[in-house]
Amino acid sequence: MSTAVSTSGQGAGFTKLSRLQIARRAAEMIPDGSFVNLGIGIPTLAANVMPEGKEIVLHSENGILGVGPAPAEADRDRDLINASKEYVTLRPGGSFFVHSDAFAMIRGGHLDLALLGAFQVAGNGDLANWTTGDRRFPPGVGGAMDLAAGAKGIWVLTDHVTKKGEPKIVNTCSLPLTAPGVVKRIFTDIAVIDVTEGGLVVREMVPGLTLEQLQEMTEPPLTLADDWKELVVA
Amino acid sequence: MPIDKIVPDVAAAVAGVKDGDTIMISGFGFAGVPNDLIHGVLDSGAKDLTVISNNAGTGTEGLAALIGSGRVKRIICSYPRSKGSDQFDARYAAGEIELELVPQGTLSERMRAAGAGVAGFYTPTGVGTDLAEGKEVRNFEGRDYVLELPLRADLALVQAYKADRWGNLIYSKAARNFGPVMALAADLTIVQVREIVPLGDMDPEAIVTPSIFVDRVVHIDNDREWDI
Repeated sequence: MSTAVSTSGQGAGFTKLSRLQIARRAAEMIPDGSFVNLGIGIPTLAANVMPEGKEIVLHSENGILGVGPAPAEADRDRDLINASKEYVTLRPGGSFFVHSDAFAMIRGGHLDLALLGAFQVAGNGDLANWTTGDRRFPPGVGGAMDLAAGAKGIWVLTDHVTKKGEPKIVNTCSLPLTAPGVVKRIFTDIAVIDVTEGGLVVREMVPGLTLEQLQEMTEPPLTLADDWKELVVA
Repeated sequence: MPIDKIVPDVAAAVAGVKDGDTIMISGFGFAGVPNDLIHGVLDSGAKDLTVISNNAGTGTEGLAALIGSGRVKRIICSYPRSKGSDQFDARYAAGEIELELVPQGTLSERMRAAGAGVAGFYTPTGVGTDLAEGKEVRNFEGRDYVLELPLRADLALVQAYKADRWGNLIYSKAARNFGPVMALAADLTIVQVREIVPLGDMDPEAIVTPSIFVDRVVHIDNDREWDI
């Protein structure tokens, strides 16, 4: 299951989580009984690693409640895909509905939580995840603005830094916003960070990572929670 | 005289499509896309089209082929960028296609408003972002909302699972997506279905799109996999 890779350079003595492990950690923290939307990218992976023993209903913007894990290849159905256009299954109790109802659920405040990807998150919870402004890469807003405006809670799942090593958690988003001040918690490949009125609070860090190292990769000032834990995922 | 909306083939289904038309196309990703009808529009030669669809086509067939033909001048969608959206990406980069990007829930609600006779609605989606620029913002009970206007079309091309001769429809799983709300919002709703059943066969409790919203139905029984 684990595909974590060791980081190179700077003599860093820590191991980053894989995309699936980021999704798993977020899934573990979803409260029992929640109705949760999974956005494109790392979030949709969470459907494959939902914790045992909790009943959580997954919503997909394309008209599904009760999304189950990916099917075996032989059981793929071209009419049953998620927001990332990946094959999924339907759990008992699941339902299908028209797009305008899918977004009534979203915009109407019926979802407990939405897990989204991000290009940038600011220290005040501003989210940017729909356009890079580069004409070679057309923008794509999808349901992100509706989710950001309508879900009761927004968690972001992302790599901690860009492929070039630049911070994705920034003082001010340089990219156009999806919504201001909506992100409540950030799950990255090295930490779990809460967005609070008093600033960013580190809840979890991968073993071997120091707060100083984490701060170097994060623009806004970080505070370590008194009860912080090591970020360890199966 | 019996009502019969079933037409013999794709050409008859899209008959009357003309230059400058605005066309809604159902589907999300590769699920629920009416590829046969899209190719019917392509074969008709109609140009200067505005397309309203969630995505902007992938691969070499369906919407990607229509865009690749250069006959789509404008697309209104929420998520054009996808793996394989090369046809759109190239035309967009070259400035050869106009893009109106609309948040997905606003897109579907604008259709619903058009079909339901609602002149506009205020939504919290997009407040404080570039996509709300130039739009009226109004505060209700302490929260800002953006005014959005109805979105209608000359034609809607929809894929459904089953129809009867009145045009009652049921869909298959997540291939339902935009179909029912596009059927509300177009002057002429054209549907391709995998199965036609006798009138009265469908459970009235389970009909998703009632017949009043449908104009033409064509039976497409080939189950080919398109390059989309």
